[in-house]
Amino acid sequence: MSKEAALFALTRFGMGAAPGEVAAIAADPRGWVLGQLDRPMAPPELAGLPDHASTLRRMAEIRKERKRDPDLGKDEMRRLAMAEAAARTRAAIASPSPVVERLVRFWSNHFTVSTQRQQVAPITGAFEREAIRPHVLGRFHDMLRAVTRHPAMLAYLDNAQSIGPNSPAGQKRGKGLNENLAREILELHTLGVDGGYGQGDVEAFAGILTGWTIDPEGGFFRYVPNRHEPGAKMLLGQRFEGGEVETERALLMLSRHPSTARFVAAKLARHFAADDPPPALVEVLARTFLDTDGDLLAMTRLLVTRAETWSQPLAKMRSPDDLVIATARLIGLEAGDDADRRLVQSMAVLGQPVWSAPSPAGWPDRAETWMAPESLMRRLEWARALADRRGRSFAAQEAQQVIAAGPATRQALEGARGTDALFLLLASREFQRR
Amino acid sequence: MHLSRRAFLGASAAFGFIPGALAAQSGDRRLVVVVLRGGMDGLHAVPPLGDPAYASARGGLALDSGSGAVRLDSTFALHPALAPLQPLWQARELAVVHAVASPYRERSHFDGQDVLESGAIRPHALNDGWLNRAVAARGNPPALAVGQTVPLLLRGAAKVSSWAPSPLPGLPQSRIAALRALYDGDPLLATAFEEGVQMEAFADSALAMEPEMAGGKRKGASAFPALAAAAGSLMAAADGPRLMVMDLGGWDTHSGQLGRMNQPLGQLAEGINALARALGPAWKTTVVVAASEFGRTVAENGTGGSDHGTGGAMILAGGAVAGGKVFTDWPGLAKAQLHQGRDLRPTLDARAVFKAILRDHLGVAARALDGTIFPDSAGVRPVEGLVRT
Repeated sequence: MSKEAALFALTRFGMGAAPGEVAAIAADPRGWVLGQLDRPMAPPELAGLPDHASTLRRMAEIRKERKRDPDLGKDEMRRLAMAEAAARTRAAIASPSPVVERLVRFWSNHFTVSTQRQQVAPITGAFEREAIRPHVLGRFHDMLRAVTRHPAMLAYLDNAQSIGPNSPAGQKRGKGLNENLAREILELHTLGVDGGYGQGDVEAFAGILTGWTIDPEGGFFRYVPNRHEPGAKMLLGQRFEGGEVETERALLMLSRHPSTARFVAAKLARHFAADDPPPALVEVLARTFLDTDGDLLAMTRLLVTRAETWSQPLAKMRSPDDLVIATARLIGLEAGDDADRRLVQSMAVLGQPVWSAPSPAGWPDRAETWMAPESLMRRLEWARALADRRGRSFAAQEAQQVIAAGPATRQALEGARGTDALFLLLASREFQRR
Repeated sequence: MHLSRRAFLGASAAFGFIPGALAAQSGDRRLVVVVLRGGMDGLHAVPPLGDPAYASARGGLALDSGSGAVRLDSTFALHPALAPLQPLWQARELAVVHAVASPYRERSHFDGQDVLESGAIRPHALNDGWLNRAVAARGNPPALAVGQTVPLLLRGAAKVSSWAPSPLPGLPQSRIAALRALYDGDPLLATAFEEGVQMEAFADSALAMEPEMAGGKRKGASAFPALAAAAGSLMAAADGPRLMVMDLGGWDTHSGQLGRMNQPLGQLAEGINALARALGPAWKTTVVVAASEFGRTVAENGTGGSDHGTGGAMILAGGAVAGGKVFTDWPGLAKAQLHQGRDLRPTLDARAVFKAILRDHLGVAARALDGTIFPDSAGVRPVEGLVRT
C-alpha cells in the first residue's frame, strides 16, 4: 500500500520517480509532499542568470549597435535562451522539492508569456524566476500583481505601448488603447471566459491598465501617469477613479472574485487530479481560495490531502516536458553542454519547446492534445533513440520501481535487459502517464 | 478517376478502412482546411479599397493603391503579401468570402476557435469537430491532421491520423511488434499507435521522391510552405488522405500590424501555391479553405494594430473552386454600418461556406449537414455557386 502511495506521490505531485525514491518515501508519501511545501528549496541551477532589466538593457544596446553589424548579439541571445531553458530543466530534474517545480510549471503556464514574441524571448526565464517562483506558495493576488507588472507580460500582451486616448500623451500623439492584456487577464488569468464580464469591462480595464509600461532606459516596470487614461471607469459594476492605485485596486478585486476562485480551482484540480476533475474537489478548492484570500499554499495542501485527489488513477497523459524530466530523473543526468542541448531539444522535438506556448492560453492540460498518432510516434522514436544511447547500463530491476506496471507491461519487461528494458519502460502506458 | 486495385488495397492498409461505393465514386475530391489561429484581420488580407469609408475607418492600417495591393474588382484587393496568389485568381481558382463569421459573437480566441471547429453555435457545446463528423458522413475517407496534434476540427469518433516531418529515425519492425503487445487493451494508446504506424509507412513511401522530405524525416521542414508541399504530396497519392487540416498561426496583431501581417500572409500564399504544385493534377479536384476564428476591429487601435473583432474573410483556392470572385453581401465600413460600432458586420455565416463545400464538392447529404455536422443549422443555407460541380 505505501509503495503504491509513494509512487503516486512521486508521479502525480512530483516530476517522476528517481531510483530508490519510492523506498525512501514509502513510510510517509503524503509527508514527503507536504514537507516540500513547508520548506521549498531555491534551486542552485538558477543562480547567476540575469534579471529581466539587465537583459532588456543589453537588448536595447544590441539594437542600437545592429546598424553596424546586423548579426550582433544573436549568438549571445541564443546562448542565453539555451542557458535559461537548460537551467529550468535541470532544476526540475535535480530538485529535492519536485512538487514545487511542478507548481512553478503550472503557474508559469497559467500566466503564459511565450518566446513566440521575439522581444519577450530573452526574458521568459527571468519572468518565471521573478514573478512566478516566489509566489507559488504565496497569495494568488501577489502573483497576479507581479505577473501583470512584469515587463515580459507587459510586452507579450502589448500593454507597454497602450496609451489612454484622453491622457496627455494620448491627446498629443493621437494614440490610444490596446485591449490585449486587459482581455487576457480577465479571460485567462482571473475570471475565466464565462466569468461574467463583457466588452465594456475589457475596454474599461484596458483604460485602467494604461500607464503600466516598461522604462525604456532601465528595462524595468514603470508607471507613467502621462499615459494613464484619466477619469472614472466602470469595471464589473465597480467605479474606479483613476491613477496608478486604480490598477492595484482592480487586480485586487479580480483576485477576490468568485469566478476567479472557480476558474483557478478547476485548473488546479485538472492538473493534479484528472482531466475532468471531481466536482466536489473543485468546489472545496474554490471555497478555500475565497476563504483564505487566495492562499495558494492552503489550496495546494488541500489538493494533496484530499481523498478525491488520491483516488484518481494515474491516467493523465504526461506532457512532453513532464516526460523528458521524468525520464531524466529515472536514468540520471549527463553532464555538459551537449546533454543540456539534448534535454532542451527533446522538449522541442516532442512538441513542447520551453516557454513557447502557441498562445497566451498556454499548453493544454488534457490527454487528447498529446495523444495524436504523430505525437505518440514522436515519443516512441525519441524513447528509442534515448534507450539506444543510454540503455546499456540501465538496471532493468529499476523499471518495476518507477511505474505501477500492469500485466502487459510486466510481461513485456520480464526478461528484458538494458536497451530493451529501458525502451519498453519509457514506451509503457504507465510511464507515458502521470 | 477510379481507384486502382493497388490503391484500393493501399488505402485499406494505410488507413484501415474499406472504402464504400460512395467513397470510390468521388474518391478524387480533396478538401484542405487551413485554420488561421489568432484572428486574421480580413480587412487587411483582402482590403475593400473601393469602400468609401475604408481609408478613414482603418486609419494607419489602411493600404493605398501604391502599396502593391492587387485589385480583384471595383471594391476589393489582395494584400501585397498575397500577390503570389494572383495567378490563381486569374485562373479562377481563387475566391474570397468576405464579411463572414461563425455564430460566435464574443471575442475570445479560444471560444471562437471552439465554435469555428466544433460547428456548434456556442462554445464547448460539442467535443468533436465538424470535419470529423463529415468524415463519418462521407463513409470514412482517409483524413489527416498535418502537425503533431489533431485540432478539434478533426477530432471525434471517425478515425483520423496526424503527421508531421520528424527529425528522429523511425521504429524498427521488432519494436513495432513489441509495442503492439505493450498497448494491447489500452484503447487510447493502441489506436493512436496503429494510426501512427500506418501513417509513417504511407508517408515514407509517398514522400520517398520528395528531395526536401525524403522519408518524411527531414529536419526543419516545419515552416508552413514546406509542410504544405509535403502535405500536398501525401494527398496527391492515390491512396492518400482526402480531407486534411493544417494550422497557421501568427494573426493576433494587436500592435505593429503593418509589419507583422506580412509574414503570415506570405506563408499562407506560399503554402497554397506549394499545395497546388504538390497536388499536381489532383489540384483540379481540390478545395482549400482558410478560415479564422474571427476578424478584428475596423479602426486601428492605439498601438498600430487591431483588437479582437467579429466579421472576417475566408480565402478559398483550388481547381474545384468557382473562383475569380469575392462572395459577399458587403455591409460597408461607415461607423453606423459596423457591428457594435467597431467590427466588420458579418453578413454571412461561416457554416454556409463549409456546408456549400461539403455538399457541392464532397456530396454530403443535406440531412447530415443540417443535423449532425452542423446541428441546428437548417436555417443556414449553403452558399450557391462557390464550388464547380
